[in-house]
Amino acid sequence: MLEAVVFYVLGGMILGLGVLVITAKSAVHSVLFLVLNFLFVAALYVTLNAEFLAVIQIMVYAGGIVVLYLFVVMLVNLKRAHEQHADPRRLGVIGMLLAGVVLIEVVAISVSTASRDAAPVVASAVREFPERLNDPLLNTERLGWVLYTDYLIPFELASMLLLVAMIGAIVLARRDA
Amino acid sequence: MLSAGLFMIGVIGVLVRRNIIIIFMSIELILNAVNINLVAIAHQMDDLSGQVFAVFIIAVAAAEAAVGLGILLAFYRNKETVNIDEMTIMRW
Repeated sequence: MLEAVVFYVLGGMILGLGVLVITAKSAVHSVLFLVLNFLFVAALYVTLNAEFLAVIQIMVYAGGIVVLYLFVVMLVNLKRAHEQHADPRRLGVIGMLLAGVVLIEVVAISVSTASRDAAPVVASAVREFPERLNDPLLNTERLGWVLYTDYLIPFELASMLLLVAMIGAIVLARRDA
Repeated sequence: MLSAGLFMIGVIGVLVRRNIIIIFMSIELILNAVNINLVAIAHQMDDLSGQVFAVFIIAVAAAEAAVGLGILLAFYRNKETVNIDEMTIMRW
């Protein structure tokens, strides 16, 4: 029951945000809706027992691809972007608030981790690792095992593809190409 | 159902919008829909191949986004437009 409710809420959010992505007037808004959409998809992966994919989704999509899109949107919409920041003071207040929140968070994290001793955690992780490798329930280990045995050649091909794409993107975006 | 819905939204985005950046984003939506489908079926069948394939799709999507946006930047530098109706340079 709970699972179904979670699925329908996540699914509804994903579909709604997808509609917003393609209907948003400004490309920047569209990119921001896309980030939210990817985060909800990552949450959906967690409910489907794909934790590793959820983390990859957040890192590659929400962290990498979306930043790429934002850069391009800002490079391309350079002239229009200027007018929207006519009131810098209001944005400054929001920025100071956000910076304050982040500062408090960083201080809280460093205080709470400094008071705890890290050594026992690391030791227990090292001790448990050999058994956990054979545990069939852990998603990341199983996925890594399959990826590096059955799917080794596709994996290497994917890495070659990424290398070629990286070189190609650099060549294409070079200014004096 | 969810995957099909997201896929349809992506296809509609590709067909309807005229800003090429938004078309690229719609393609990302389509790839995400496929990934949801693969992960859901992997969960259903209790098989990891679907998740492995989803990892490859994410890698390919990253490569596609990098190259596509590189082309877009090179094009914008020459033509000063992101409207695909004006991108007729390859028309025969």
